[in-house]
Amino acid sequence: MIPLSWFLVFAAALFCIGLYGVLARKNAIAILMGIELMLNAVNVNLVAFWRYRAPEMIAGQAWAVMVFAVAAAEVAVGLALFISIYRQRKTIAADEINLMKW
Amino acid sequence: MSLESIIWLIPVPPLLAFFGILLLTFRNRGISHWTAITAAVLSWAASLYVLWQVLEIEHFAEHPITDSIPWLPTGVTWLNIGIYFDTLTAVTLFFVAWTILAIFVYSIGYHNYGQPEGEHDKPGLPPHGATVTDAHGHTKKVMSIEPMYARFFALIGLFAFGMYLLVVTDNLLILFVGWEIMGLCSYLLIGFWYSKISARDAMIKAFMTTRVGDVFMLLGIAYLYSATGSLTYQDTIYNPEVLAQLASAPAVWGIFGLSAAGLIGLLLFFGTIGKSAQWPLHVWLPDAMEGPTPVSAMIHAATMVSAGIYLIIRIFPLLSAGMEHGHLTPTMIVVAFIGTFTALFAATIAVAQKDIKRVLAYSTISQLGFMVAAVGIGAYVAAAFHLVTHAFFKALLFLDSGSVIHGVEHGVMYTDEHIDPQDMFNMGGLRKKMPITFWTFLIGGLALSGFPLVVAGFWSKDEIFADAFAHRYWAVFIALAIAAFLTAFYTGRQITLTFLGKARTRAAEHAHESSWVMTVPLIVLAFFTISVGWAGIPADFPLIGGLIPNWFHEFVGSSLLEHPEAVEFSFVPLLTSLIVALGGLTLGYLVYRKVEVDEPDPLAKVLGPVYTLLENKYYFDELYSYIFVRPAKWVSVSFSYYFLDRKVIDGLLHVVGMFVGIVGSFLRNYIDKPLVNGLGDFVGESTKKIGIQSRLIQSGRVQQYMIVGLATLAAFVVLIYYLVVGAR
Repeated sequence: MIPLSWFLVFAAALFCIGLYGVLARKNAIAILMGIELMLNAVNVNLVAFWRYRAPEMIAGQAWAVMVFAVAAAEVAVGLALFISIYRQRKTIAADEINLMKW
Repeated sequence: MSLESIIWLIPVPPLLAFFGILLLTFRNRGISHWTAITAAVLSWAASLYVLWQVLEIEHFAEHPITDSIPWLPTGVTWLNIGIYFDTLTAVTLFFVAWTILAIFVYSIGYHNYGQPEGEHDKPGLPPHGATVTDAHGHTKKVMSIEPMYARFFALIGLFAFGMYLLVVTDNLLILFVGWEIMGLCSYLLIGFWYSKISARDAMIKAFMTTRVGDVFMLLGIAYLYSATGSLTYQDTIYNPEVLAQLASAPAVWGIFGLSAAGLIGLLLFFGTIGKSAQWPLHVWLPDAMEGPTPVSAMIHAATMVSAGIYLIIRIFPLLSAGMEHGHLTPTMIVVAFIGTFTALFAATIAVAQKDIKRVLAYSTISQLGFMVAAVGIGAYVAAAFHLVTHAFFKALLFLDSGSVIHGVEHGVMYTDEHIDPQDMFNMGGLRKKMPITFWTFLIGGLALSGFPLVVAGFWSKDEIFADAFAHRYWAVFIALAIAAFLTAFYTGRQITLTFLGKARTRAAEHAHESSWVMTVPLIVLAFFTISVGWAGIPADFPLIGGLIPNWFHEFVGSSLLEHPEAVEFSFVPLLTSLIVALGGLTLGYLVYRKVEVDEPDPLAKVLGPVYTLLENKYYFDELYSYIFVRPAKWVSVSFSYYFLDRKVIDGLLHVVGMFVGIVGSFLRNYIDKPLVNGLGDFVGESTKKIGIQSRLIQSGRVQQYMIVGLATLAAFVVLIYYLVVGAR
């Protein structure tokens, strides 16, 4: 059986890729994709810990499913926002959306 | 309604009229005068009804109608407000009601109701007349309506209220209230044309002069209250025990060796001196002529001066308390002296006056002197009788003189002459132009001079003579006889100059009779001027005595505790009275019969410098001006204003102000500005600087925020890790 630490390293790596995407990409949709990666890294962690630590309980799986649902909703809202911003400003580059500047 | 409640209500309508006119109807002249006249009629009807009723009551004099309610708590007891209706109240109310009503009606005509408004008329000045154009295109000048018409009726309403209140009340306190209301009204009405300097001076003079008397009167009231604990008539002046006690107790500090009753009486008498214009406080009354003529009639007959005499007759038991075997008390001697002196003194001044109203003013002072003298010698009933008859004939004479002035003013407007319409030397021959005014004036004038048998003034004046003679007060008798002679003389002079002979100016030629609203009151008053005398014909008078019972003596005299005896008839006072009256009138006629235009007073040639002295009223005004007015002005201007106020008080304030200024600027420059402001500014400026610096962080770029967040998180993780792990 694959040791738990492998899963954790994989999840950490996936999280870092997602984080990099969020911080470094200009395209808002790419940032959204980065967030998805980070969420899925967390899901991997959740499922791995559940399988290795408390396989008799359902909570770990259930939480992972919940995260999917929230992520899906979040993407839906996020995309809707971006479309709205695009209609207003003809761009979805994150560093150009700086209306909240001083 | 019971008789009591009607008496309670007698003073109310004029007061309501006053407030009604002032608050509601003042914009409409017609409604205003109807309000006032309705009120006067109501009070008049109530007075006469009550009078009619009390005549039916048996032994009314011994049992006057009284009623009172608690009014003002004084800690231990209450001061009451109440009514007291005895025979004196009854006769006073009779003339007050009639004269007030007559004056109210007359005022409508006097103030030219129904005439157009003048183009140049302003409130505070007498109307100057209006120019009207008739159907044929001719313009002419006519009399114009008084600009402050409604205000006049409001004020005389209040005046009437004061008098009614004073007459029906049962205690000295409310009497004083009515007294002061009249003082206020006389002030306001004498200065009714307040833009005239002379009217303004006269109003202040009247108010200040009567105030002198009022202060003493208030002292008297206070003394009476402290001595007896009550101010009602029943408990004090009509209570024999209290009177006896007051008469035997010495006055405070034993002033002048008077008894307490004597001192109280004397102090109250000062009120009369002021209000009834007796020497030495007589100076205000002639100047009160500055007001409109109905006001003069109001002051001289119906209200003000009669109130003074009413008071002194009312307190007669107090004045005479301690009188034994017909010897006058010291207070009565003072009263008799003042009265007699005033009667003679004012009569001499009246001889040399040219203004028709001023002559009457001095005659009022003189006649009031007769009444005061009568009270002083104990002729209580005679004083009351003369009060009533005088009120009627003096109201009549004043309204007549107003009518004359009105007529001459009309002439002045017609001819555009610049003459004084009140100067008798500008009149003459008005008999034919103004017949009603002439005949009524003649009746009034004859009453004033005591023309025998026909008019009331004869009977009342004769009674005073008879009393003085019967009790052997020779000085009083002779002085009053001379005064009566002078009275007849100046009355003859006045009638001759005004009505007889030929017109001396064109204005007098074009004078015409006043309208019926003015003449009807004259006729009514003339009727009473004749008929009131019938009530007091002595029983043993030759021929006509006893035809009519001497009702007045019985009626009024019986209200005293000791009924005065009717004096025995004697021919000496009667003959004296006849001689002075007829002699004076004839002499007055003969001297002034043929006065030509611009001719000086014939009397001036005979009397020389004495005439100048009389014409200038013995220089009393100048004397008082030197003794009182100028020092008072000096004190107020030089001392109070320039020295005390400007120098001392202002100086003190300036020093304090300067000191406070220095301390203030020190605090400002060295404490407030550097410390308090500095701290505040520092906090504010620092916040601003920090803000300017730190706002650069707020770039609006989400990714930068996230980096900062990540770095912070990492830093915290490292920190916590070291804290937790390192601590282990």
